[in-house]
Amino acid sequence: MTVSYSRALRSVLREEAFYFFTSIGNYTGQSAASLDEFLQKIKDIDIKSLEFHLFREDFEKWIAQTLGDNRLAEEIKVLRGQKVVGNALRDRVYFIVSRRLKELKSTSAPK
Amino acid sequence: MKLKGREATLDDLDWQILSLLQENAKQTYTEIGNKLNIAHSTVYDRIQKMEDFGLIRKYEVVVDEEKTGIPLITAQMTITTDPKETESIAKKLTRFDQVLELSTSFSQEIVILAKVIAHDQGELHSFIAKSIAPLPGVLRIRTAIVTKKYKEERFNLSSRENASKKRNNL
Repeated sequence: MTVSYSRALRSVLREEAFYFFTSIGNYTGQSAASLDEFLQKIKDIDIKSLEFHLFREDFEKWIAQTLGDNRLAEEIKVLRGQKVVGNALRDRVYFIVSRRLKELKSTSAPK
Repeated sequence: MKLKGREATLDDLDWQILSLLQENAKQTYTEIGNKLNIAHSTVYDRIQKMEDFGLIRKYEVVVDEEKTGIPLITAQMTITTDPKETESIAKKLTRFDQVLELSTSFSQEIVILAKVIAHDQGELHSFIAKSIAPLPGVLRIRTAIVTKKYKEERFNLSSRENASKKRNNL
């Protein structure tokens, strides 16, 4: 599977950013315009927001369609299937995204 | 109706004509004239003046959405905004067909109040996430989906007459 590392690590336009909601139409005021920023937001965002977006498949869609990282999207999808909730979910999402971020950064770093 | 700059002063007859039109805008000048014991030409002249001045903005059909068979949901949104951007956000929102009513309010924070419609919850969320949340200056959004409507009326002009009578009795 090929991944454009630069695409996965870039900052996207405001209208392409990920906007965190806690339920239908209820926007928290938090958004992420890159995978780096996404990781930072996961640490503190309302847990309801994580559960809401995971259930709706929003994370995997944004990661695959906007950042082009199908592998990370697939890992999130697997997590959804495990029905993890609460802070355990926060920890798992954070772990998966941070691990992938490290991998992407090390692969794209000039040698 | 007398004009004073950009404002109009209505007399009792004007108010009575408006009140009858509000009840039923389809009635003829003659029917209104008969109810008020005045000539239909007087009714015509007065309505024409109020239309020309823009005091009567339009005549519209009020449709019972439920009876159209089109599945629609209505939501009331409260959008908290950066005060510097409120005006700009409000103007942008007026351009969307989904937004039926829009106003601003100030309590502890400046907010925009909007009534929006969508075919279903998915469409509603997508509209808010893609078209409203990304607007610069949007700080938070609270949305309540309407489950049952108990009353929906416009300001009734006959209540103006009642209020006026009450004031005179005091």
